[in-house]
Amino acid sequence: MLTRSEVAKLAALARIELSDAELDEMAGQLDIILGAVAAVSAVATQDIPPTSHAVPLTNVMRDDVVNWQPRAAAMLAGAPDVEDDRFRVPHILEEEQ
Amino acid sequence: MSDITSLITATAAELGQRIAAREISSVEVVRAHLDQITATDEAVHAFLVVDTERALAQAAAVDARIAAGERLGPLAGVPIAVKDLLCYEGLPTTAGSRILEGWVPPYSSTVVRRLNDAGLVILGKTNLDEFAMGSSTETSGYGPTHNPWDLTRTPGGSGGGSAAAVSAYQAPLAIGTDTGGSIRQPAAVTGSVGAKPTYGMVSRYGIIAMASSLDQAGPVARTTLDAALLHQVIAGHDPLDSTSINAAVADVVGAARSGDVKGLRIGLVTEFGGEGYAPGVELRTREAVTALSAAGAEVVEVSCPHFVHALATYYLIMPAEVSSNLARYDGMRYGLRVGDDGDNAVETVMRLTRGKGFGTEAKRRIILGTYALSAGYYDAFYGSAQKMRTLIARDFTAAFEQCDVLVSPATPTTAFRLGERVADPMAMYKSDLCTIPANLAGVGAASFPCGLAPEDGLPVGFQVMSPALADDRLYLVGAALERELTAKWGGRLLDQAPLLPGTKVVR
Repeated sequence: MLTRSEVAKLAALARIELSDAELDEMAGQLDIILGAVAAVSAVATQDIPPTSHAVPLTNVMRDDVVNWQPRAAAMLAGAPDVEDDRFRVPHILEEEQ
Repeated sequence: MSDITSLITATAAELGQRIAAREISSVEVVRAHLDQITATDEAVHAFLVVDTERALAQAAAVDARIAAGERLGPLAGVPIAVKDLLCYEGLPTTAGSRILEGWVPPYSSTVVRRLNDAGLVILGKTNLDEFAMGSSTETSGYGPTHNPWDLTRTPGGSGGGSAAAVSAYQAPLAIGTDTGGSIRQPAAVTGSVGAKPTYGMVSRYGIIAMASSLDQAGPVARTTLDAALLHQVIAGHDPLDSTSINAAVADVVGAARSGDVKGLRIGLVTEFGGEGYAPGVELRTREAVTALSAAGAEVVEVSCPHFVHALATYYLIMPAEVSSNLARYDGMRYGLRVGDDGDNAVETVMRLTRGKGFGTEAKRRIILGTYALSAGYYDAFYGSAQKMRTLIARDFTAAFEQCDVLVSPATPTTAFRLGERVADPMAMYKSDLCTIPANLAGVGAASFPCGLAPEDGLPVGFQVMSPALADDRLYLVGAALERELTAKWGGRLLDQAPLLPGTKVVR
């Protein structure tokens, strides 16, 4: 059972602001979804190796060659805010309450 | 038939041949499609952005190269629509989300570069569910796409824009992406062809990620051969994608030209039918199997007992990957930023930005994924889903010992009405019941049109699944089915679609 306050906590962890109406709606829907997916843990209980990927992953190596393109201007062109040719971001620490 | 009708209803293969032979120019083909988009897209809303000037310039460049005697590939000069999940330098890429509104990627995806290199002309970007999360295009931040067969219905999703563009004759080809069925289910409900290649055959570089272990781009077209020709262009190893498979691409074009299924063992999945399946979907699926049998295939029934758990498994694995992949949309380096008033600290700005920029479905999946990955729940949810993924892959392995391909309906129903499933996420998710197993196991799969459901006159899709790397078998079966069914119908299924308001198609 996923409660409204648990959803609020998850939303905080995921850095998503939810309105009261969204919290109400989502708590009920997520509970239904979790109920529907619960069968998986009931069936897959045996000693089965997990599959994380459709094809077995192997480490990919490449030669250490210089492949640098000056794209800073293009990257900054999509930024929400720029200052002195850098991304400008809000201050990191919250004000003392 | 008017000139424009012949240009926009022709197959991509025919257009490529005629452009190469200089019977028609790429510029006139592209113009005809741009005209059809202008005439019909107010009703359909398949496109988020149309790249008119660059498309015409690319077409003129192809014409000039052909005039100079260059021999280009079979699709050179042919127009194509690209799902707005693939980066294309210089053109806004939104992933259907308001959080990326106005963002212009500084580079192109490998798929787009391959299209450009093969001389295809990109008309624009097509609509999709937000970050490809949905089965109807209704979660798009820019309004839904309408099904050209019936404008009150959805074209499926997430790649509803690509499937609608192709079935509305706005483009002969399109690129889609498929994480749980987003190429195949829209193809099924719009009467078009859509294929999800084996995971790793098409590079994911430059494609906005939803669930990285499942995402795979593929072709959308009106015929099996056109889809195969496009598959050939986009598939192949890419060092820029660490999960790209370094293996030869199966001869998909040869298979689509042959369509010889004599002696091919076709396994009908017993689990995909019965309750929840529309009668017309079951009827047309049975008829397709009969047609393939008449063409010389051997039909067996195959049970894949864990496939019934695929949907639930998917709704644990996919949200977990979504919650991680979508963490990058924090309003710092690109896209929307909300509440940066000088007082708010970075965490508040992130929370406000993500609260405003993401739609309901994106939020729902991020929170579900955050839950599935949290301490204390990880083993019960994500861990057991990964075990179930093994069991589903083993079902495929066992099945492919008894048959060469598996077949089933592509989706349990025909196109549903806009709004019908918006408030009921589980009903929406069930659209992908039949398509998800192939994503979880990474095998190839495709949907081919197999008729109209008698109860509503809407298209039904027939799914074919192949072992990994044997994608050619999809096209072998698709081509055989197309040959048998078009002979029976006296033309393509799309010829039976009602004419859209404003369409340039004259019958």
